[in-house]
Amino acid sequence: MKYIITLILGFFIGAGLFAVGLIYNPFMSDRNLSPLSVTDAEVITLNFSSVPNETIAYTNNGNALQQSRLEAALRLWKAPIRSASPPHPAKVLQLWEAPIRSTEAMVTVMRDARNQTAGIGIKFSSDSEKSRLLYGETIADSVWYIYLPEQGSFFIEQTENYWPFIRAVAFPAWRSSANNWRGNWLGDMTSGPGALGTAAVSGGSGRVQDLEMNGVESMSVRAYSADRGLVGAEGRLIIELPEARDESASYSTTP
Amino acid sequence: MVLGLLATAGALYGYSVDQVREASILTVNPNGGSVESFHINVPMDRIMIGAPGQSGAVPAGLDWPTDEILADVRAEMFKIRNARDTVIGVAIRTAAKNNEEDVIDWVLHLPARGSVFVEMDATPREGGFRRGEIRAGSREFAPLDGFMTERWVANTSVEEDAPIGRIELTGTYTARSKQTDDEEENQ
Repeated sequence: MKYIITLILGFFIGAGLFAVGLIYNPFMSDRNLSPLSVTDAEVITLNFSSVPNETIAYTNNGNALQQSRLEAALRLWKAPIRSASPPHPAKVLQLWEAPIRSTEAMVTVMRDARNQTAGIGIKFSSDSEKSRLLYGETIADSVWYIYLPEQGSFFIEQTENYWPFIRAVAFPAWRSSANNWRGNWLGDMTSGPGALGTAAVSGGSGRVQDLEMNGVESMSVRAYSADRGLVGAEGRLIIELPEARDESASYSTTP
Repeated sequence: MVLGLLATAGALYGYSVDQVREASILTVNPNGGSVESFHINVPMDRIMIGAPGQSGAVPAGLDWPTDEILADVRAEMFKIRNARDTVIGVAIRTAAKNNEEDVIDWVLHLPARGSVFVEMDATPREGGFRRGEIRAGSREFAPLDGFMTERWVANTSVEEDAPIGRIELTGTYTARSKQTDDEEENQ
């Protein structure tokens, strides 16, 4: 009997050790420097709130409204992160059908570097089949459609890796007795499809018509709740304009 | 303990996200390319209407920004269905006036397949439909060119719970030609 108990205890200790080793693995370093932060080209900087109830509309499968603590813990490992949040406004249609159950949609105001309203942004993100937990990759496939009346329309395609966020924010929040986390965390979410970990940006109408550009989305988190998702957070999108258009660009952008 | 380490490593290695897939319903176009139809039942599939001065917000409680810069912007979000009437994705339609230019854009997001960005002609064609070029796409749609049409079809059914109509979207996809890619590289 004692051998069986030892075997079971050893099994769980081994499993725990592996999980701890994975989360605190020093060889899985976070990428802190965005390739666009050192660009000489002109960039468009857009800020937005990442907190669902501060957006115009946010919806997902609505599971957050009835999930148990265990379900929330299991859900922690799946991107996207905001799925812990209830839809906003409360009566918005939920994405409960099977093909869209792991998708979320957000409509938000985009603000420029001076914090003035610059346009509207809509983001769709879905859990990606490229996710590999063993390699520290919790991937979401996401697209943005952004309309800026003074600039034109943008379509942004990107993959996002939520692993650094899970490691630094979501896991400590889940582990804490109060189920929340407070602090300062800043990280790039974009991990592709560009070779340097940048998003592919296509210009639609306006001054960016037919332009192909690069972009990076980052997030700054101040508070997170394991039960309700993001509580205090700001998102930022940086879009690098091609150098050929630099001479004609002169407004609402930051160098 | 070793068994636990190995079992956890194996479980994490084997863990995968599987998106639910509906079989694509494509027909081959006689002049090349393939054709796929989507539709939106209105009002059942409408998730949001965002427009300034909108009476009767959808969804209830929606607070659309009143900034002057957004005065000519209208955005609608929908669930989209395939030809079998199964929900397979979500879409956004944006209509705006940019100086003298009218802009009508669609983005369709199909989680298992990718997304497609279509820029519609502002003026409807004869027959009441709009046509637009596929400007960009992700994953399955990345190597595709083509066009999409949108058309409003009013409901003629007398059933009590029938939709008031449907928006029909028909995409015609063609492979992006290698010659075009080479030309772009030369430019």
